[in-house]
This record gives sequence, structure tokens and C-alpha cells, in this order.
Amino acid sequence: MNPNYLDFEQPIAELQAKIEELRLVGNDSQVSLADEIERLQGKSTKLTESIFKDLGAWQVSQLARHPQRPYTLDYLENLFADFDELHGDRHYADDEALVGGIARLDDKPVMVIGHQKGRDVKEKVRRNFGMPRPEGYRKACRLMEMAERFKMPILTFIDTPGAYPGIGAEERGQSEAIAYNLAVMSRLKTPIISTVIGEGGSGGALAIGVCDELNMLQYSTYSVISPEGCASILWKSAERAADAADAMGITASRLKELGFVDNLIKEPLGGAHRNPQTTADSIKAVLSEGLERLGALDTEALLERRYKRLMSYGAPA
Amino acid sequence: MSWLDKIVPSMSRIQRKDRRTSIPDGLWRKCPKCEAVQYLPELTKHDNVCPKCDHHLRLTARARLSWFLDSEGREEIAADLEPVDRLKFRDSKKYKDRLSAAQKQTEEKDALIAMRGSLEGQPLIAVAFEFGFMGGSMGAIVGEKFVRAAELALAENVPLVCFAASGGARMQEALFSLMQMAKTAAALEKLKQAGVPYISVLTDPVFGGVSASLAMLGDLNVAEPNALIGFAGPRVIEQTVREKLPEGFQRSEFLLEHGAVDMIIHRRDMRERLSSILLKLQGMPMVKVDEAATEAPQVTEESVAAAADVVEGDVVKEEPRSAVESVLDETFSSEQPKGERRDG
Repeated sequence: MNPNYLDFEQPIAELQAKIEELRLVGNDSQVSLADEIERLQGKSTKLTESIFKDLGAWQVSQLARHPQRPYTLDYLENLFADFDELHGDRHYADDEALVGGIARLDDKPVMVIGHQKGRDVKEKVRRNFGMPRPEGYRKACRLMEMAERFKMPILTFIDTPGAYPGIGAEERGQSEAIAYNLAVMSRLKTPIISTVIGEGGSGGALAIGVCDELNMLQYSTYSVISPEGCASILWKSAERAADAADAMGITASRLKELGFVDNLIKEPLGGAHRNPQTTADSIKAVLSEGLERLGALDTEALLERRYKRLMSYGAPA
Repeated sequence: MSWLDKIVPSMSRIQRKDRRTSIPDGLWRKCPKCEAVQYLPELTKHDNVCPKCDHHLRLTARARLSWFLDSEGREEIAADLEPVDRLKFRDSKKYKDRLSAAQKQTEEKDALIAMRGSLEGQPLIAVAFEFGFMGGSMGAIVGEKFVRAAELALAENVPLVCFAASGGARMQEALFSLMQMAKTAAALEKLKQAGVPYISVLTDPVFGGVSASLAMLGDLNVAEPNALIGFAGPRVIEQTVREKLPEGFQRSEFLLEHGAVDMIIHRRDMRERLSSILLKLQGMPMVKVDEAATEAPQVTEESVAAAADVVEGDVVKEEPRSAVESVLDETFSSEQPKGERRDG
């Protein structure tokens, strides 16, 4: 099994392996295999299209966690210019599961904050698998209040399995750190746009996700609990994660139908990791439009709109 | 069949009937912690705190508010709001069926009760979570009721007091539940900006999405003794970090030591202390002692009957610790650890 492909993508992986083989042969021999390779490539694209046409919620959540999926720092490189990372919560530590700093979107200065997962084992550990501790959320809060002072819009990127459930995190007030961010973000006098780029895991995601506009990448998820967690509690078996994913309606498309998502951002065929630059360009276009829309509102209107938006969640008809 | 078999069943029937008449129902309660059997009127006199071991028994939301608020002039807020199954959620049971079962069992529409009333003559708004209703989990209606209570407190410029007891956000309402965290926090921020006092009282237990939103945002966070309070449940943490949790972890005293709560208040002092704190926060004069004394609750036939309701929640569960755990499991909003996490 090719680890770069998820289980439901294995037919594509096999076809790609065949194409790769032919390429190697083609290099050695005089026989031109270009036509054959092209034919197979076409077939592979068709196959990918048909597999991706109708993905279930569980398959989407696997894609959202794909080990090659672009993370916040990748987008900072592909989408923004002139990024200065800012570190630390000024109280306890710098949490590398959550990164942030000032950058430019086109020419406009913005504050960018996002969860960060690691690529290799060492970095994964350093980034704590993208699960922030209280100091991460407090750093985010510090940066957001700074953005307000310097009249910079805030752009957040959500990609976390959840806030870290550890002893130290509890001792330092994980609950309070999250709660405090929710309260502060509801009143910050600057536009906030959040984009879910991978996993939107519960309160740990929402703690940087109170916003004026919510974007979701096509194969990202946002939920109150992970499908595995939900399954092991309600079905008494983590094996039923697919059922839980389905029942909770965690995918971008379902959440758009339910009215949570403002912009659903299409991903390239096969997912964001197949073409990170295209994905970054799509996100950039949506962010620029969003900033223009929100920039047209005066502060009072912006805050009133945000409050109304928050109050509308689950309000009785 | 022997002659004895023929007789025994009827005998046992007679005996059971006898016992029922000789010991009236609901006059005795066993403390879930020390298992001492308590005479109900005695327990009521002690605000449902075990006189032997000082265990604070859980109260239903309604009992909590009727104990906390003055008996005169109470009025329920948004009493008619009912939960809706927007997602047609179904696991081993339908969410709709779980809702009607919970409604039947608790005789409440959802897991939060909000009331306008007064505390020792001082007008305020109080809300309480009904832990018996799906573990006090927060869905859209809980959030909506909380916000209406907060907005009323803001409009009338009176303090808001919340008694939290919840396993977290309600999974069956998925993202609608999660967003209640932001919704309630935003409403509380308005109170904060306007200088309207909000006191969050943490009672056993408070976890997940409720802990990480409205419960930790008080001008004062106050806890009842020995309540279990945290973001992630102890079992999840144990599975994640793979080590034994320290003694007293996530108990009120632990939170006080780590600076998460302002104080721990014994239930018998709760009304008086909160009243005096709220008066100070609002720049009002002290209440004279003799005035307050006349408010002391008296044990009457009615209050005994009420107490039977009060402690029922605790008594039906045979094993208190496991009861906490199982409800936490059911409603816990944070993540279950994954393979990836265990490695970390």
C-alpha cells in the first residue's frame, strides 16, 4: 500500500505506480511510450474524478488529516509575503502548536494566526500534533489584541485535532484560555476571517475561530468532537467513526448547507496536497474579497454584525 | 412443587407490602460518598450536604434555584423553549428519543433553567444546569436560554449568577452545540463591558465546552467543595499522557491552588457570601445581620417533600464515582485520544 494515498485512493496509487514504471522504461529504451503514458495519465485523472466525485464524510475527514496536507506555515509561504513570526504568551512559554505573526496579503498588513502540525516525527512532537496548550491560546489572544491596536485584520487558519488534554494544560487553565479567547474575539474592533484548512477539532479550533466570515476548504472538517471520540461514546466503539462522521455532518459541504460556512473553497483534484500552490491561490482570492467586504463596514456595524451572527447559531425559528 | 414453594411467593409479597407501609418512601437517603444513611429533613436542614462527610449532594436545577433564590417573586425565563433535532441525529438511539426520555425523567424541557428573582432581597437573574438531562450537556436551547438570561441581566442592570453542572457540549447537535460556546461567551462579554456582575458557580461536575466557555468567564469563579472541574475528562487525560493523575487532580481545591477559581464556598454559606459580594460589586450598602437572619430556611413538611426531589438524582445512582465517569463519557465534548496522540 502506498502511504501517500489513503485507502480509498489505492486504485489511483496502483495506476500511478504503473505510469511511473513506464516512465523509467521509456527513459532506458528507444521505444516511445509517451502515448501510452498519456493514455494512462488520462485514465488516472478520470479515476480520481470518479472517486472524488462522491466522498463520504469519513473519507473527507481522512483527507483533512492527510499527512501531506498543507499546513498553516505552508500557506504563510505560498499566500503571504514578508512574514514575521511572533513568539510566546509573555507568561509561560511559546507553544509551537499554534503559530502567528504579522505578514502582508498583497500589500496589506495582516495578523495571521493558525494551528501548526509537524511533518516528520520530530516536528510532530515539537508541534504536539497541532494540539495547543493554554499558552498557545494566550499567545493567539495577545496577537489578536495587538492586531486590534494596529488596525490589522486577523486571518486565522484552523487545523487541529483539539486542544491538548494533558495534566499541565489543565493546571494552567486550558478551559479559561479557550473561554477567554471566545469572549475577546467577539468584541475585537477589527475584521476576523477564519479558514478551516484541515481538521476543525472542537473548542481547540473555535478558540481562534470566532469570526466575521468562515471559510472552509472543500475537504476540511469542523466538529464538536472527533468522529472516533463520538463513536466510542455513543456507539461504544471507535470502529464506528464513519457513522459518527456522517451523523454529525462535519464536512464543509454539509456545514455550508446548515448555514455555518460563508465560502466553500474548492480544492484541486485529489485534495489540497496534490497542488498546494493552486489551493493557496484559491484561498487568497477568497480572503482578499472577504477583507474588502468587511473593510467597507465601520467598526460599529462590524461588531453588531458579528454579535448577530453569533446569536443566530441554533436560535429558535 | 413442594408446599413451601406455594407459600413463599405470597409470603414475600406480604412482607414487601409490610415494609412499604412501615417505612414511608423518601424519608431516608444514603450519602453517595460515605454511604451514611441520612434522615431527609436533617439533610434538607444542612442544604443537602452530608452532615457526616460534608459531601455536597447534587441538586436538580429547579431545586438549586428554589434553594438559592428568595421564595417570593420568582419568575422563569424562556420556559417554553424546546430542543429541536436539526440533524436528525441517530446513533444507537435516535436523538429525538433520547430527548423525550430525558424530558420524561427530569420533567424539564432541556438542561438549563433560568429565573428572575432575588437573593436576600437583591434582584438578580440566576440560571442552573440540570445535570440529569443528558449530563447537563449544552445544545442550542441551553445556549439560547443562557443568552436570554444574560441579555435580561444586561437590560435590567442586575447581576447574573450561573450554577454550572455539565459534561460539556451536546454531541447530538454537533456544530450547533459547539457554537453555543462562542454565543454564550459573546453575551457575557457584553455584561463585562457594561460592568454588570456575573458570578459563575462551579458545581460537580463541569467539563468540556461548558467549562471552556461560560463557566470560566465569571467576574468571580466560585466552586463548591470537592467538585470535579476541568477541560478534558480525567480518563481521556490518563489515556493521553499514560501516567497516573496526581491526587486531587481537577478538584475544586486543585483549581483554587492553580488560580482558576477565586474561592471555594461551602453550600451553607453560599447565599450569604454571594449576596455580600454582589452588594460590594454594585456599590450597595451592607445588609443588616438581623434582616438576613429572618430569611433562614425552616424545615417544614413542604421542604421535606421538596428535598425528596432534590437528592433523588444522587440516590438512584448506586455508585457515585462511576456515575460521574459515565456521564462525562456521554457528553464529554473534547477529543478522544487517537493513535497519533498516544505517541505524543
